[in-house]
Amino acid sequence: MTELGYEAGVVLETRSQWAYVRMRFLRHRLAVGSLVVLILIALVGIFASQIAPYGYDELDLENASQGPTLEDWHLFGTDQLGRDYLSRVIFGVRTSLWVAVFVALVSTVLGTAIGAVAGYYGGRVDNLLMRFTDLVLTLPGLAILLTASVFLGSGEPLQVGLILALLFWTTIARIVRGVFLSLREEDYVDAAKAAGANDLRIIGRHMLPNCVGPIVVNATLAVAAAILVEAALSYLGLGIQPPDPALGRLINEGQSSGFDLWWLVTFPGLVIVAIALCVNFVGDGLRDAFDPRQRRVRA
Amino acid sequence: MLSYAVRRLLYSVVVLVAASFLVFTFVTLSGDPLAQLNIVPNLSEQSRQNVIDAKHLDDPIPVRYGYWVRDAVTNQFGTTLLGDRPILPDLWRVMKNTLQLVLIAELFAVLIAVGVGVYSALHQYSPFDYTATTLSFLGLATPAFWLALILQVLVVQIREETGHLILPISSLNSVDHGSGIDFVLDRAHHLVLPVIVLTVASVAGYARYMRASMLEVINADYVRTARAKGLPERKVTMKHAFRNALIPLVTLVALSFGNLLGGAIVVETVFSLDGMGLYFYNALLANDPYRVMAWLMVTATMIIVFNLVADLVYGYLDPRVRYD
Repeated sequence: MTELGYEAGVVLETRSQWAYVRMRFLRHRLAVGSLVVLILIALVGIFASQIAPYGYDELDLENASQGPTLEDWHLFGTDQLGRDYLSRVIFGVRTSLWVAVFVALVSTVLGTAIGAVAGYYGGRVDNLLMRFTDLVLTLPGLAILLTASVFLGSGEPLQVGLILALLFWTTIARIVRGVFLSLREEDYVDAAKAAGANDLRIIGRHMLPNCVGPIVVNATLAVAAAILVEAALSYLGLGIQPPDPALGRLINEGQSSGFDLWWLVTFPGLVIVAIALCVNFVGDGLRDAFDPRQRRVRA
Repeated sequence: MLSYAVRRLLYSVVVLVAASFLVFTFVTLSGDPLAQLNIVPNLSEQSRQNVIDAKHLDDPIPVRYGYWVRDAVTNQFGTTLLGDRPILPDLWRVMKNTLQLVLIAELFAVLIAVGVGVYSALHQYSPFDYTATTLSFLGLATPAFWLALILQVLVVQIREETGHLILPISSLNSVDHGSGIDFVLDRAHHLVLPVIVLTVASVAGYARYMRASMLEVINADYVRTARAKGLPERKVTMKHAFRNALIPLVTLVALSFGNLLGGAIVVETVFSLDGMGLYFYNALLANDPYRVMAWLMVTATMIIVFNLVADLVYGYLDPRVRYD
């Protein structure tokens, strides 16, 4: 914060654009609360090995098929082999969250680069991008993902992440392209050109910062989408495979134990819902923070 | 407008051909096509060779693709990989089932979403609005397959308590489904849970969209004008605002159709419904490019047609839209 002293006693505080964004975000109580919950969930995932009361594959046949109980920390119950589902969910959160964040990061970087180039230059790159988008829009996304994971092989979290990123970048590319198409006509871009800036500088220094809002918001929402899609893939057996834990797979395994052990299906799913919900709230808060004009319409 | 539609369709054909070649290559390369034969005990070398000859498995992929195109065009998509079944009759059957499911769910979703969205917009920040918004967020965060499982769990638990199976939790019909009206009732009974899941999966997004669209319209100048000239409030909202707010939803619904078929993959798998999603899933797991391709062509064609219809309907509803 700089201080501008004008006449005697008048002190003006100037705030940067980011300070305004931060301020507006912090006023959004639901988003801030969700962010706190998310950070807690992420910490639990990161320190899974320290926090989980039992190992991921630790068998305990004496305590098999137990419902949720406070005793011995079996909060989410145990399966037929006595594996503690709270621990399994904690390890699953680590993998699933990691994959989701990976997908969001890769698809955002890729999508932003392609969208920026397509929007700025237009022409052939733009055409190619839009044609590829058409291709993706012509087929149901889940079918593409399933086919891709059968073809490319999946099982490793990294593989699953890459396959998801392959599909997810198109959304962000279209959005960035759209913003760039309109930014291209702005006077300050002409001014930068006249001043002799090269294309890379115009895109990186002048246009991209004006596009940060949509990019950040969509990267956030991509985390939620990725976690849901990964869960579905893993549930169908074409996502993350043993020995890597994942929330979708836990549900699949829980289902195969029969519906009498209802807790095996219920709790991993509830955690997925909680994560996706919090991410969406944060995304919504960010959208309002970046673009307060739309608040009245959406809220 | 006609030339626009024709151009779009021609262009879609190109996209379809590109997509079909890619997918054919992917599925063909995914695994050993004869894996299923190899586990059959005492299979004669001759019947193995018959399959290889019939599907030209010794030829390179572009050639096999060529044979597939021929079969698809002249022979109703031909037969399955192992050559034991014609594809088209199966595909028609599962398509009918899926369309039943998807169209019913979509109808409910649209009706609920329009009602909730409009009421929310007209009573912004009311308790109803907050409840609807919260529920929408919940709906958007819930994986469809999990919701399906939870409903199954619930029904099973109720049966444990009361001894009654209030709703069937899998398949499209009972074994003894009867005929005529009995058949329809039996089918409807079996569709209750899948329809609930698919409706929930769509309704949240639609309702949010409808609310936003309605809010935008009721703040528009022409609505203020309508009010200012003294029209009754009911007429303003229903005739001036609502009709215009509905237009964007048309596009969204048509565009989501493809995703809905994707969502049907999950729901049909959980409920073991004999529909397109399960058909695709099984074909994919069996590494059968011929079934996958037939599915793909039918699905993609439906999506293309729906998108085109959405575009044209949009132009009809909103004369400001121009095609070029």
